Amino acid sequence: MNALYVVCGLAFVSLVAEIANYKKVLGAAIILGLLIAVGLAASDWDTPLHYFNDMVVFDHFSIAFTALILFISVFWFWMSGDYFRRQSHQTDRSALILFAITGAVIMVSFNNMAMLFLGIEILSISMYVLAGSNKESLLSNEAAFKYFIMGSFATGFLLMGIALVYGATGTFHLSQITSYISIHSGELPAFFYAGVLLLLVGMAFKISAVPFHFWAPDVYDGSPVTITAFMSTIVKIAAVAAFFRIFSGCFSSVKAAWSIVLTVMTLLTLVIPNITAACQSSVKRMLAYSSVGHIGYILLAFIANTESSAGTIYYYLASYAVASITAFAVLHEVEKSNPANVSFSGLFKRSPMLAVMMTLALLSLAGIPPLAGFFGKYLVFSLALQNGYGSLVIVGIITSLIGVYYYFRVVSDMYLKEATNSPIELNASIQIMFCLLVILILAAGIFPDVVISILASA
Amino acid sequence: MIAFLIFWPLLAGLILLVTRFDRAKELALAASLAELAVSIFIAFQFDKDAGNQFSLTLSWISSLGINFSVALDGISLLLVLLTTGLIPFIILSSFGQPTRPSGFYGLILIMQMALIGVFVARDGFLFYLFWEMALIPIYFICLLWGGEGRARITLKFFIYTLAGSLLMLAALVYVYLQTPAPHSFDIEALYTAGGSLTGAEQSLVFWGLFLAFAIKMPIFPFHTWQPDTYAVAPVQGTMLLSAIMLKMGIFGLIRWLLPMVPLGITQWGPTAILLSVIGIVYASFIAVVQKDFKRLIAYSSIAHVGLISAGVLTLSKIGIQGAMIQMVSHGIIVFSLFYVVEIIFDRTKSRALTELGGIRNVAPALSSVFLFILLGSVALPLTSGFVGEFLLINSLVKYQLALGAVAGITIILGAVYMLRAFQKSMSGESTPKTSVFHDLTLQEKVVLYPMVLLVILIGIYPGPIMDISNVATDNILKVLSDFYASTQ
Repeated sequence: MNALYVVCGLAFVSLVAEIANYKKVLGAAIILGLLIAVGLAASDWDTPLHYFNDMVVFDHFSIAFTALILFISVFWFWMSGDYFRRQSHQTDRSALILFAITGAVIMVSFNNMAMLFLGIEILSISMYVLAGSNKESLLSNEAAFKYFIMGSFATGFLLMGIALVYGATGTFHLSQITSYISIHSGELPAFFYAGVLLLLVGMAFKISAVPFHFWAPDVYDGSPVTITAFMSTIVKIAAVAAFFRIFSGCFSSVKAAWSIVLTVMTLLTLVIPNITAACQSSVKRMLAYSSVGHIGYILLAFIANTESSAGTIYYYLASYAVASITAFAVLHEVEKSNPANVSFSGLFKRSPMLAVMMTLALLSLAGIPPLAGFFGKYLVFSLALQNGYGSLVIVGIITSLIGVYYYFRVVSDMYLKEATNSPIELNASIQIMFCLLVILILAAGIFPDVVISILASA
Repeated sequence: MIAFLIFWPLLAGLILLVTRFDRAKELALAASLAELAVSIFIAFQFDKDAGNQFSLTLSWISSLGINFSVALDGISLLLVLLTTGLIPFIILSSFGQPTRPSGFYGLILIMQMALIGVFVARDGFLFYLFWEMALIPIYFICLLWGGEGRARITLKFFIYTLAGSLLMLAALVYVYLQTPAPHSFDIEALYTAGGSLTGAEQSLVFWGLFLAFAIKMPIFPFHTWQPDTYAVAPVQGTMLLSAIMLKMGIFGLIRWLLPMVPLGITQWGPTAILLSVIGIVYASFIAVVQKDFKRLIAYSSIAHVGLISAGVLTLSKIGIQGAMIQMVSHGIIVFSLFYVVEIIFDRTKSRALTELGGIRNVAPALSSVFLFILLGSVALPLTSGFVGEFLLINSLVKYQLALGAVAGITIILGAVYMLRAFQKSMSGESTPKTSVFHDLTLQEKVVLYPMVLLVILIGIYPGPIMDISNVATDNILKVLSDFYASTQ
């Protein structure tokens, strides 16, 4: 909870930075503040605290996800310092990002449907603005508009779902809904199930599961690279965690009502984005589709074992987020060096470090051992096999192979093709960040127990 | 000791990768010679009458029952010695400097780490991990230092083999989930759990594992990646792939497939043997008409490996013992053959048999070395190739006469295509390309003469190799015979 206060406070601090004139130290202050928040979140461990009449709960699950979100945010601010410096309204942007992080933290710790809605809206409204923050770019404006329309549409579904569930159970509290369902099982009205399905659709929009993913590629592609990085890591973590909290915590006893729908969505989310990603020529768009594809593996774990897949999903998200933020950081550096021509051809000759980082990130996303991404896939597949989802595992294996195809195409372009642009110089801070990210990708893959054990019992 | 074998090449390789030494070749050679020395020391300490030795088990991912568990038995030791013995020569065999030598030799050393890891792993997950880690360095070696069309061909190779390994992983996890909770990836536990599966389940697991191994070796009809990849890879890559890496597949058959799914073998073993034998004949015929020297050897390798795999799958002691000798012998021979091709290519810039000829007149030393190696390859008595092929064909004949007879024909076909290659390249009139040709240099002699010596030595006196793998082979077969005895 203290972490939430700190993030909120940071947002206000950065809002007044323009007036109080300490813009220069703002970046460092935010990173320091976020690190403190990670520490505060960790210190809440094993003290299940309820706040505001049980509206938010900081149990193991929410603390773990809060810490992950804040931790990834540190790297995000580190890699994107340039995004703030280059253009105007630095303070507004960092405040918006921090508010989005606040929303994300609420989304992983809510215990009440109203809080869920607030969290999602705090996050989304910030993101609508940020997606369009590259004001001169037509694509960025399109992204913001599309994101806003589709996001509001999804919010409508969500709100309707919450209303119907409230109508059936008479409460917004997750724990009370759960107990109501278990007491009145068999006599729940039909509109309750309609509400559950509407919630499923609304959340599917937010995690961009197929067939509710159509906004994602355009929005990811049009937004500034740093914002895309934020959306495909932090927003994704928060949305998946919220999804997990509702459907595992609250609606797992009515799994029969939504499991078939979700199974079909899982299958589609595995197949369609991966095939589409293989057809892309722009790396950014490829990463956008692949990030939708990764949701498929997470859903596979979730559908296979709804109650105890938290550890697996947590590991998968963590490994995915670290690899993803690395890939986007490289993309950001490449774009910065020559915004007119973003090309990965011959990157190794232009900057060996960037090429090696991108290689590691893509190998991890492709699930090649001993990197973290491999272990994430391994956990997902073994969980699914254990619960009799062998056929979906076969689909997952095939889509992973398709993934290898499109990731490795980028890898071979980086090394084999001739460089078309001039060499890229990296500053020391970015180099240190990349070294840390490599250590994380390797360490999480070689010693997965450390991460898995965090939520093993949850 | 055994930890040194695994981590020393990793350390040396990583150091080479992140630094840029101009004398990377010498450093890599020194590192691999140190590795060889330690492995020879281990070989002398090895007690050939005992099973697993030098065991090392460290707790790793305890929540999933995964341990860093390694040990050496006779089968592992032979393959480790083959790896540590060949790597220094592979490093020595390069002409001049490749571009970015540090990276090139660093990747070779990391590859060595993964190969040794595969041969000594006693934990299913660890085995898979090393198996996959062997793929990454060789992919980059082929991608970065390969020839024309490498991007497409190496990607095909990577995805093809990865598909196989993922099936293997799924099969291993399937068996792992049958072990008593909390599950364990320990090899003995996997043997027990695999044996307790029903026939239908064992068949599934059999195919999961067999496909991975068959793609790696490769066995017909899963071989389509191989000739292109061998042709496009730099010669050191081809040597790594053919001399050592394909042994991973055969080793996998012996160590992980046979004892784990006894019922699967009885049901599908004959099919697998049939595929292997078809592969022998098919590859031999293609080799006979092949014009590209490097591809010819690639196809001959498919033929030889098919025989080894068929011999192993007969589940007989002579089959497995023959496979062990033949793996060592094939490693030495195929390495030397590819080196001879590379030497000829270095001088003439050509691999087409039609453009070669008359090399014997200008390079007698090369010609005689090639002849010796070639005789080993066609399994002439008193060469290493003879011992292995004799045992393997013997096991096949005992298994089924017709198959044995068909496989026996390959010896004749092998003689046909190898002697044809010799005749086209070495004898006859000199062609414009071969008229200016200098004989073996000192470095090339240092690489090739020991190989010739080994081919003859093993041919005359194969006893030590048979002794080393004797107990380990018995142990594998004992798991099988115990299983069959208990089900009757």
